[in-house]
Amino acid sequence: MTPPVRIAQLSCGPEYSGVQQEIYIAAKEVNGEIFYPDVALKDVLRDFDIFGLDVRSPDLKLAIARAKALVEGRVDADAVFIATCFRCAEGAIVRNELRHYIHENSKLPVVSYSFTERTTSGTLLTRMEALTTIARRRALLAREAQQGITLGLDSGSATTKAVVMKDNKIIGTGWQPTIEVLKSAQDVISHALEEADIKRNEVQAVGTTGYGRFLVGKEINADLIQEELTVNSKGAVFLADRQHGPATVIDIGGMDNKAISVMDGIPGTFTMGGICAGASGRFLEMTSKRLGVEITELGPLAMKGFAGRVPMNSYCIVFGTQSLVNALATGSTREDVAAAACHSVAEQVFEQQLQEVDIKEPVLMVGGTSLIEGLVFAMGELLQTKIVVPPYSQYIGAVGSALLASGFIRDD
Amino acid sequence: MAKVFIYPSTSLILSDLVARYGHTPLSSAVAIRERIQTAGFESPPLQITPEEPKKGLKWAAVEVPSGVRGRMALYGPMIGECEAAIIINDADLAFGCMGCARTNELITFLVRQKDIPKLDLYYPKNEEEGVKFVAAIKRFLTGLGEGK
Repeated sequence: MTPPVRIAQLSCGPEYSGVQQEIYIAAKEVNGEIFYPDVALKDVLRDFDIFGLDVRSPDLKLAIARAKALVEGRVDADAVFIATCFRCAEGAIVRNELRHYIHENSKLPVVSYSFTERTTSGTLLTRMEALTTIARRRALLAREAQQGITLGLDSGSATTKAVVMKDNKIIGTGWQPTIEVLKSAQDVISHALEEADIKRNEVQAVGTTGYGRFLVGKEINADLIQEELTVNSKGAVFLADRQHGPATVIDIGGMDNKAISVMDGIPGTFTMGGICAGASGRFLEMTSKRLGVEITELGPLAMKGFAGRVPMNSYCIVFGTQSLVNALATGSTREDVAAAACHSVAEQVFEQQLQEVDIKEPVLMVGGTSLIEGLVFAMGELLQTKIVVPPYSQYIGAVGSALLASGFIRDD
Repeated sequence: MAKVFIYPSTSLILSDLVARYGHTPLSSAVAIRERIQTAGFESPPLQITPEEPKKGLKWAAVEVPSGVRGRMALYGPMIGECEAAIIINDADLAFGCMGCARTNELITFLVRQKDIPKLDLYYPKNEEEGVKFVAAIKRFLTGLGEGK
């Protein structure tokens, strides 16, 4: 049996919030083992002092000392999980600084999270899976070219996508809204195979990702079933031809958003946000319905408008939509409303998630929402940079899966 | 015999001193022991479940971090129950350490609000202060009701 991935926990509060058990469960599910790095009292006093962040809470001082022990190699770990209470300012400062410190000074993959008493193992699972994948499968993630004939499937919360790749090229695609997970998957696979003029038995390896990855993966005998953080990173740098050096990947999805700081195609730090629907692709879908346009038309419409002319008083999907309706009722143009909706989503992702990763250029936007040019424009304005949207960006998860799956092709 | 709340509540030395003078220490050890000795062990390591932060709403509002509310679910009842209290300010980490500064501020505030005998001391920095420190605790505990 493969030894578990040792995940060092640096935290303040999960034991008292009643969520430590959830952290253990999530880690165990992906063959990870949570442990607290051992440090002596004298190390805590010395390291906290050297680090120079004068926090009051002793648990945070301990977290700082533990981080230094990891970076200096006094304690061995494969990955790091940093967690503090949601709404704790002191905790948030330490969480950010430690994430940054570990990322800059070691090769350990890090994920940080702010929890409430409602945090469940399910919420943490994808993050833990990504951590263990990065730690355990560096060789697989180092793959830069697709070989043979492979199929990648992304069973997302809003849409299901498939691609067929052959000799490092995409030769077939399939896309449809996710209705019945298995049926949608079979439909998009059939479409992609048909477009590629490839028979199912010619496919040499299959990879799945997305929310339905386990269900679909089991059904179609996938060789690789992998969470979307590592897969999308890989797909993004592959399609943008930025496989070496730093990059930042932003994926605003139907149900959650991902912001990933990547080095040589491998995620270093990442965040996933999924609490507020007002910051998701769903909000843009609702906006386009209200404006009476297809989602594909929302982007060009937004590019003709000016977001600043529409007051958005709420980030909530319900009240945010209400703001847009009110704006239309008081004479705002559809173009301005579309622009305001795009700006609102971009601003939320910027404020809530991009502060948690180190933004390094190029910034790659991927996923279905990257085709909404008004959203890409708004994000570019906020980040003061030109955003790169690679070709086939809506198929990013499927491409990443097909690329990585080629590592499973057997010579025989 | 009085029920004496101690701060830092994790201090075994302070807890032992209170017990030696015939009183009942109200400390972390007691609260945690009760939990981890309960049959079934569903929420390790402290057997605190997501219900505790909800119980903590009695002492801190919902916008207060869950870690503070979960801690208050442990310490709040003890503060309500105590008949006397000893607060040691700026204690050495080895003497007794409570992880969250915000919880600590709330605990000491609530204890100081209570109309009960209290001993509010600073942790000693040298031997001479140490002798006075122990003597003050002894005097306080001896003077409490039916203490030795």
